[in-house]
Amino acid sequence: MYLETDGRLARREIVKRILKDRDDQPVITGLSIASYDSVAARDAEHPLNFNMHGALGGAPMLGLGLAIARPDKRALVLMGDFDAVMGMRAMATIGTQMPTNLAIAVFDNAICSETGGQTSPTAGQTGIDLAGVARAAKWPVARTVVTEDEVEQAVDDLYGAEGPVFINFKVSGINPGSMKKTRDGALMKLRFRKALLGEA
Amino acid sequence: MARTQYEGDWSKDVHDALDGSGVTQIGYVPDGGMKNVINYCIDNPKMSAIPLASEEEGPCLAAGAWLGGGKAAIIMQSTGIGNAINTFSMIEVCQFPCLVLVSHRSSWGEGNRWQTPMGQRGPDYFKMAGFHTHFVEHGIDAGETVAAAAAQAYNTGNGIGVFFSQRVMGVKKFL
Repeated sequence: MYLETDGRLARREIVKRILKDRDDQPVITGLSIASYDSVAARDAEHPLNFNMHGALGGAPMLGLGLAIARPDKRALVLMGDFDAVMGMRAMATIGTQMPTNLAIAVFDNAICSETGGQTSPTAGQTGIDLAGVARAAKWPVARTVVTEDEVEQAVDDLYGAEGPVFINFKVSGINPGSMKKTRDGALMKLRFRKALLGEA
Repeated sequence: MARTQYEGDWSKDVHDALDGSGVTQIGYVPDGGMKNVINYCIDNPKMSAIPLASEEEGPCLAAGAWLGGGKAAIIMQSTGIGNAINTFSMIEVCQFPCLVLVSHRSSWGEGNRWQTPMGQRGPDYFKMAGFHTHFVEHGIDAGETVAAAAAQAYNTGNGIGVFFSQRVMGVKKFL
C-alpha cells in the first residue's frame, strides 16, 4: 500500500494518506518533491498548501510561526531530508518553545533528487539520524519510520500527539515526479490567509 | 545635543511600540545593545520571545506568523545580517511583512574590527535585499521610529530594517 517498486516506502502514497480527508489542515512544505507530494495529495489550487520554492531549510520556522499564531490549529510541515539538514538549527530553536501543535514529517530518500541526485548527509550507515537530532533537542515525539506497519501510528502522532512531533520517513529514492503548480509566493500567501483567516 | 540627553527608557519605548503594533512574536538573537528591549518582550505575557539559533530563522518565523494571522518582529545584531540574506529573499518574493530591529555595530565608537564589515555594509545589504531602512540616532526617536516602521511593514508587506546606533544603545567596552 505504501511501498515503491523497490520495496521501500513510497513518499507520495504516505503524503496522500496524511492529507486524506484533511482539507482544513494548514500545510507548509519545503522545496522540491515535498511540494509536489502535497499537490498530488490535494491539488495545485488547494489554498492551505504553502509551498516553498526557495529559502531552503526555512520550513520548520514557518511552522513555528504558524503554530504560535494559531494555537487552535495543528501546524503541519512536510519536507525533504536535505532541507531538514539545512534547517537543523531550527530544531534547537523549536525545542526552546515546545509548541504542542507543531508536527514535522520528513521524507528521507537520502539523495538530493532536485539538484542532480547527490548523496545526502542522511545516507548510509554513517548518515545523520534526523530523528536523533530532534530527540537531542528534547522533542517529545521523534522517531524514524521504515516499514509500512509503522505508517498509521505515525499519521496518528502527526495529528494527535503532544508536540512538537518529528517523524522521519525513510523512503525510496524513486522520484514520483513533479506536478504542475504555481510558484507565485504572494499568490500562495494570499489564498492561504484567505482560507485560514477569511481575509488576505 | 539636547536630543542625546533623553531621560526616558528608549528600550521600554521600543517594546511599547511593538506591543502597540500588535506584535506577539519576537525572534531574537541574543544581543547586549538590545538587552533591555528583549527582556521587556520576554516579560510581556502577550508575547512569545523566541531565541533564534541563527538570524536566517527570523524571516521564516515572520512569514509563518503572518500566514497564521500573527505579527512577528526580529531583533538581530548587524554582524549576523549575512546569515539572513537568503531568507530575506522569501520576504521580497512573497511580500511578507518583516520588521527587523538591528543592533548596529560600528555605528559609533566601535571597539572590535570583526564587527565592522557587516556593520558598515549592513544597511546596503538590507537595501539590496529589497528592505526599507530607518535609523535611530537618538533615544527619544526610538519608540516612534519603531511604531512607524511597524505600520509600514504590516501595511505594505515589506521588509523594514530599523538600525539602532551605538550612540543610543551604548558602546561595548573592550579592554
